[in-house]
Amino acid sequence: MTVDPRALRPSAAFSQQVLAEIHRAADQGLYEIRGFGTKRKLPSFDDLVFLGASVSRYPLEGYREKCATDVWLGTRFAKNPIHLKIPITIAGMSFGALGANAKEAIGRACTEIGTSSTTGDGGMTEEERRSSKTLVYQVLPSRYGLNPDDLRRADAIEVVVGQGAKPGGGGMLLGMKITERVAKMRDLPVGIDQRSACRHPDWTGPDDLTIKIQEIREITNWEKPIYVKVGATRTRYDVALAVKAGADVVVVDGMQGGTAATQDVFIEHVGIPTLPAVRLAVEALQELDMHRKVQLIVSGGIRSGADAGKALALGADAVSIGSAAMVALGCNKPVHVEDYHKIGTEPGYCHHCHTGLCPVGVTTQVPELQARLHPEQGAHWLRNYLSVMTLELQTVARACGKSHVHNLEPDDLVALTVEAAAMAGVPLAGTNWIPGRNNY
Amino acid sequence: MITFDLAEASVRDLNQRLHDLPEDTNERAWRVLNPKGAHALAAGLERPIEVLIEGHVGYYCAGMNKEATVIIDGHCGVGVAENMMSGEVRVKGNASQSAGASAHGGLLVIEGDASARCGISMKGVDIVVGGSVGHMSGFMAQTGTLVVCGDAGQSLGDSIYEAKIFVQGKVESLGADCVEKKIGEHHLAKLSRLLARAGIKADPRNFRRYGSARKLYNFHIDHADAY
Repeated sequence: MTVDPRALRPSAAFSQQVLAEIHRAADQGLYEIRGFGTKRKLPSFDDLVFLGASVSRYPLEGYREKCATDVWLGTRFAKNPIHLKIPITIAGMSFGALGANAKEAIGRACTEIGTSSTTGDGGMTEEERRSSKTLVYQVLPSRYGLNPDDLRRADAIEVVVGQGAKPGGGGMLLGMKITERVAKMRDLPVGIDQRSACRHPDWTGPDDLTIKIQEIREITNWEKPIYVKVGATRTRYDVALAVKAGADVVVVDGMQGGTAATQDVFIEHVGIPTLPAVRLAVEALQELDMHRKVQLIVSGGIRSGADAGKALALGADAVSIGSAAMVALGCNKPVHVEDYHKIGTEPGYCHHCHTGLCPVGVTTQVPELQARLHPEQGAHWLRNYLSVMTLELQTVARACGKSHVHNLEPDDLVALTVEAAAMAGVPLAGTNWIPGRNNY
Repeated sequence: MITFDLAEASVRDLNQRLHDLPEDTNERAWRVLNPKGAHALAAGLERPIEVLIEGHVGYYCAGMNKEATVIIDGHCGVGVAENMMSGEVRVKGNASQSAGASAHGGLLVIEGDASARCGISMKGVDIVVGGSVGHMSGFMAQTGTLVVCGDAGQSLGDSIYEAKIFVQGKVESLGADCVEKKIGEHHLAKLSRLLARAGIKADPRNFRRYGSARKLYNFHIDHADAY
């Protein structure tokens, strides 16, 4: 019997992808663990546009009139706040998840362009300290590699409560990436699946966090800015509590944020998008009269100067990029295609950071693969990308008439969808309607 | 001995003074009065000095200690000697939860009891508890040794890696992947040395040893109910 294509009606609930995933789960008995970030469409900065200047406001001359981009972080309590030339920082990514060359490339690029990079689960490597002028040192629940010497030689300290890709979940690094060096830094046996804790071992809740921050400040003689990083969920409360606990800087990571490895169900179904998270964080800071006094860094799906500008316009002091930085280093680039095939994927679809067999040498500990990313070449690519992002950011800021990117404001934005208008708290384009406000 | 009275100066003043000590300091013996439950006392020390704290302390006393010997003549709050790297911390009273959390090295002695999660995520420290420990002690313990002269609460050594746990008294229950193991002569010798260093009298032959079954080191669906 021939198949009549008119009779083939696909199920919306059981799409081809859903069917394939159920078949895979039944076959393998494992939930899907993968890297990268969300793959489904979410309300995002793409749903906002800038209102460039016209008659009612005048723009600044592109390329000629100054549009400053610098930012201070950690001005609340730290004796030595940090000053960055651009408000685009690099998010925490661990040595272990990333290879040493990738970490070094990131450090070099950040140093050259005047921004900060961040350690990750597993501690600080010599390569990244040496190559990074401004390095943020993460204190994570696992405490892998944590030590007071590195705490003191960091430029800022980030207490990680959660991350956007998996708020409520701990770190994960599968056995193939636990090489001898990674294992030694983490005090673990070689080759085990490392599943680190989702909670800190010696504090729970905001009152304890206050004392924890006090301890870190005591150990570092109140010199270093202390960030608190949260995955975006109950953002209004989390930001308010982080401020109450004494943070100098709050980092809010939306659900589009990437990861080296976690369960797909976490990546796609836990947390809220970055778009509403920015607004909630800013409102929390404003309620406490701490907006701009405690700085806000936003991350999760930032890809361009336009994204950065929209986050800043909504009230962030800086943004942070992780996945986009990896892409600049070559992630998903159509080279070494045969090696993408070996791990069962194609350039453009790869989320196989968890396998440790990254074809472009970014998320791998295999020496031959790592050698594909030379630190100087990687630094060149990332520096170029950060320069482009900064130019884009200045372009939209000048178009809105701003002489500093921090002068961007919510009034410079409108939304293209009702959902984005509600989430970001800016009017739907062509209306004065912000769903959820003024009794709408 | 240098006496520092916290009724007259702040924790910040004390810690800064201790941090400022040069490598070749002769100011090696310190006595701290009136701690009154203050937090982060003697945190971040890195010289081989001795600090005697006369009274009870709050959270994170001797946190991240390196080289120093800190003696607490009283009880202590959460996270005593957390992330200690080396040196010795001694609590003459009882300790609250998460004592020695994620500590990498050195010796932590608690002469009384320790509450829940004693030795959580420990990474090489030796911990000797004269009394009993609360639930989830040795949770995700990576390396190092936890010696409990009294009893252990529920879920001892849950998700333990390569750390060794010795318990003289009763164990209420073992956590996931933690099993009783044979105790050999070299274990007895190590235990004997640790008890001697801790100054606690006990016969090593009365202890039982616990460690990892190593069944959860790599995920397998047949072990899913253990996670």
